[in-house]
Amino acid sequence: MELLVASGVGVMTATGVYLLLRARTFPVIIGLALLSYAVNIFLFATGRLTTNLPPVISSTATAYTDPLPQALVLTAIVISFGMTAVIVVLALRAYLEAGTDEVDVGSVDTAEGERPGGSGGSGAGGDQA
Amino acid sequence: MTLAWIVLLPFIGAVLPGLLIRAGRNACALTTGSVTLLALILLLTQTPAVFAGEVVQAGWDWLPWLGLNVTFFLDGLGFFFAGLILSIGLLIIIYARFYLSKNDPMGQFYAYLLLFQGAMVGIVLSDNILLLLVFWELTSLSSFLLIGYWKHLPAGRQGARMALAVTGMGGLSMIAGMLILGNIAGSYDLTVILQHGAEIQASPWYLPALLLILGGCFTKSAQFPFHFWLPHAMAAPTPVSAYLHSATMVKAGIFLMARMSPVLAGTDAWFYIVATTGLATMAIGAWIALFKDDLKGLLAHSTVSHLGLVTMLFGFGTPMAAIAGVFHILNHATFKCALFMTAGIVDHETGTRDARRLGGLAALMPITTTIATIAAFSMAGLPFLNGFLSKEMMLHEAAHTPWAGNPWILPALATLGAIFSVAYSFRYVFHVFFGPQRDDYPQHPHDPPAGMFLPPMFLVVLVIAIGLLPFLAQPLVTVVAGAVVGAPLPEFHLAIWHGFTAALGMSAIAVAGGAFLLWRHDVFNKLRLALPRPEAKTMFDALIGGLAAFSNLVIDGLHNGSLRRYLAFFVAACVAVGATAFISGEHAAGLRAPMPAPLIPILGWMLLVGACIGILFFHRQRLLTLVIVGVLGLILSIAFIYLSAPDLALTQISVEVVTIVLLLLALNFLPKETPRESSVTRRLRDGVLAGASGLGVGGLIYVIMTRDFNSISTFHLAKSKPEGGGTNVVNVILVDFRGFDTFGEIIVLGIAALAIFALLDGALYGPAARRLNSWIPDQERAKDRHPLMMVVATRVMLPLALVVGIFIFLRGHNEPGGGFIAGLVVAIAFVMQYMASGFGWAERRMKIDYHALIAWGVLIAGFTGAGAWLAGRPFLTSDYGYFKLPFLEKFELATVMGFDIGVFLTVIGSVMLALANLSRLARRTEEPVSDEPMDFRPVPDDESVEDNPAADSSPAGETEGRS
Repeated sequence: MELLVASGVGVMTATGVYLLLRARTFPVIIGLALLSYAVNIFLFATGRLTTNLPPVISSTATAYTDPLPQALVLTAIVISFGMTAVIVVLALRAYLEAGTDEVDVGSVDTAEGERPGGSGGSGAGGDQA
Repeated sequence: MTLAWIVLLPFIGAVLPGLLIRAGRNACALTTGSVTLLALILLLTQTPAVFAGEVVQAGWDWLPWLGLNVTFFLDGLGFFFAGLILSIGLLIIIYARFYLSKNDPMGQFYAYLLLFQGAMVGIVLSDNILLLLVFWELTSLSSFLLIGYWKHLPAGRQGARMALAVTGMGGLSMIAGMLILGNIAGSYDLTVILQHGAEIQASPWYLPALLLILGGCFTKSAQFPFHFWLPHAMAAPTPVSAYLHSATMVKAGIFLMARMSPVLAGTDAWFYIVATTGLATMAIGAWIALFKDDLKGLLAHSTVSHLGLVTMLFGFGTPMAAIAGVFHILNHATFKCALFMTAGIVDHETGTRDARRLGGLAALMPITTTIATIAAFSMAGLPFLNGFLSKEMMLHEAAHTPWAGNPWILPALATLGAIFSVAYSFRYVFHVFFGPQRDDYPQHPHDPPAGMFLPPMFLVVLVIAIGLLPFLAQPLVTVVAGAVVGAPLPEFHLAIWHGFTAALGMSAIAVAGGAFLLWRHDVFNKLRLALPRPEAKTMFDALIGGLAAFSNLVIDGLHNGSLRRYLAFFVAACVAVGATAFISGEHAAGLRAPMPAPLIPILGWMLLVGACIGILFFHRQRLLTLVIVGVLGLILSIAFIYLSAPDLALTQISVEVVTIVLLLLALNFLPKETPRESSVTRRLRDGVLAGASGLGVGGLIYVIMTRDFNSISTFHLAKSKPEGGGTNVVNVILVDFRGFDTFGEIIVLGIAALAIFALLDGALYGPAARRLNSWIPDQERAKDRHPLMMVVATRVMLPLALVVGIFIFLRGHNEPGGGFIAGLVVAIAFVMQYMASGFGWAERRMKIDYHALIAWGVLIAGFTGAGAWLAGRPFLTSDYGYFKLPFLEKFELATVMGFDIGVFLTVIGSVMLALANLSRLARRTEEPVSDEPMDFRPVPDDESVEDNPAADSSPAGETEGRS
């Protein structure tokens, strides 16, 4: 079970990081969302995995799950929603203002002046890295 | 406290010139002068104490735990320098009043001058060396402002920058040296440090400290090889040059050497570094000065040379040399300041400072000529003027000091320096004031107004007075040199005649040689031009240029504005750090018993991995990606349930819905597909980075999960019911134990929503709005915008959803649920109305102001927390009790309920504000949609009164015909 959770976290992290490194805003946002999933599960798992144990006090329960990571992750989920929402809207506004959803739109302009190789094409500044 | 006032007065007074310049230039100068005069008078009230040998101290604690305190002390040395700074400052203020033209912002000038004055006085009176460093940096900064005062002159700006770079660098070195010194002595107070001379010199850190402190002193006092900034600083107005670069700032380094000499001087290292540097500076500065055609350039290099002379004397480290050094500081300040002022007068009245274009001014400007001649002869060291006395003493000391065992080097080089010194002094007099009168002066020269010649005249009177009656200066020199040496002084007499000594002979050689040099000036100038002349400014500029280019290279490499590159660097760095930690750590397996993995979790895992792979493959098709992300969120919710976290499952699933709706709304405007742009190498590199980070994070959590630990949660589990009054520990932690975190969190959420509102509201203007107005939907629209089934279903569900929301809220304290989840559920119920029936319809029925909802949420939570104050307990302390109402069972009420209501309202407000504004944006782009609940109207027209489809507030009305 531990291996399943750990590999799940790993796969989500890897997918998130890969998308984070894309050249357009939308994949970056999705990547960030995946990364928050991974981080939430990570935080949750630091309380160790348990099944069929309540986080609610009752007279019949003999043992409990660790409630502290759960409380932390609960707020983390809500906050990551807030973050995703702000970034999405930021990306949207940037797209409406600039007419392109490239992540590095600003740097391509400046890079062109300095680097003769910058073709000015989409994502050129980043691709040379 | 008088001491503190002497330092603070100029700083406080610096405000006045800027204000009083409106009352006129005279009022401005008068005020500035009064401030300085007041400080000077305060200083003079301390005279009896200082001459009685007392050390006056004052101050208070500032940051005692850092060893930084505002403490001042006044001994002979401090008194002498403070007196020089204030009295010459006063003369400069008078002089500047007449020197500055009507177009110069005089208020600014005096304000800078007073700031500088305060900083200088601060240096010489500080007891605490950290405080001294603060003032030291302040002089660098204020002199930067003063040198660059004529902002329109490129030379002024460059000179100011160079001075700041060099002295600032020296300041850093000085800070390091002072900290070492303070560490050795165990105190940052000078009065204490001065008692620890032997200890400091015995310390292995003595040499580093010495080198670092001397680095600061040499840069400030323009000692070779840092002398080059001073001539460039001459682009400043003449009063600044006269003040900073003859009498005060450049003497700060010398002051510090004098101040520190009881603890630092007397060693071989001190002698060879300080005396040799001083000697070299004296000779080189004098040689360059001889050939400078710019009068201020000549004086600047002569200042460098004289500073070298004093440095050399302090470097000797003997009491007599210290006496000579102190005496020369006094004499130099008088004649050099007067000379700068005359140079300024010449410049002011003739329009040029170029010696080649001048000459024969004696008849035209008799007063100036007299002043300049006396001062210059004093600089040359002619008898019966004060310069002669101290120069004799210097030559005497040089003649009796062997250098590396060789008795000839010092006297020979000192005499050489003296020869050059005589030559340039004579040149200043004869090439400018004497010789044939010319008819091509840029302006017709005449003597300046009294305000300009009185200050230098006063100084020249001092030059003669001390020169003729040297015993007048004896008490002052004694008390100052006593402070420098830090021990009883040998018997000495300042006198004109010491008999036929070696020094007298050297003086005679110097005068004769100097006259010869001037006579054959052309020849020697050719000789100089034939020699290699390293140009310090080009080297400095090349150095700075190189540093800037290097910085740009680094910055462009790392920080080129490409987010992808930053993120790649960031991820790579994290991977590298993690890998290092992993490799250097232990690799034992965890001992915690693993949990079995039945079939269902394995299926879920396969779904999760499959979803991730799907996202990787299809991430260019954005809509599909969103669908898969939704699947992923559902799997996570189920995983939370399975792993005993019902609260998390509820939160995850409701957040998932809201997030997907939000992303869908945003995607409406964004391109639906991502073009394939990255090269294969790039994707491969990103893949490696992603894989490595995934492996690292997965591995880390695996390692954590397979090990046992002690949780602090036992406390929360034990106290939840008896002290929090709730059985759902997760909720009790949120609203009670960690209530303050949650309070901060809802505030963050509210701010995020407001930021979204601002971003979207701003999109309704400017280029974004133009783009929106001309929006052409890139996908075919649904023919039935408001499907009947959905409309009906959502409306039926609304009250049910609200009840569910309230139910989840109410049970939250004891069962899974709570304000967060309830808020999300209610928000989803509302959003569904928007989705099904359209923005316009929903907006008109939802009379809720979401901004207010957020505010109320935060306020209610805050007030609930503050309510604990009424009971005299800390913020957010909770309380609960059991109540009985008729017809109901006994029930519990806890104060955290109020807090949870705040959370609930904030969450609803935030989510709704974000989503509703996105829909509002969407509405802007569309052709007018019917505001009716359904596109198909099931009721006859005459029954509809209220919902007139008046094609309404849509600002995009004109686009109707297009699509």
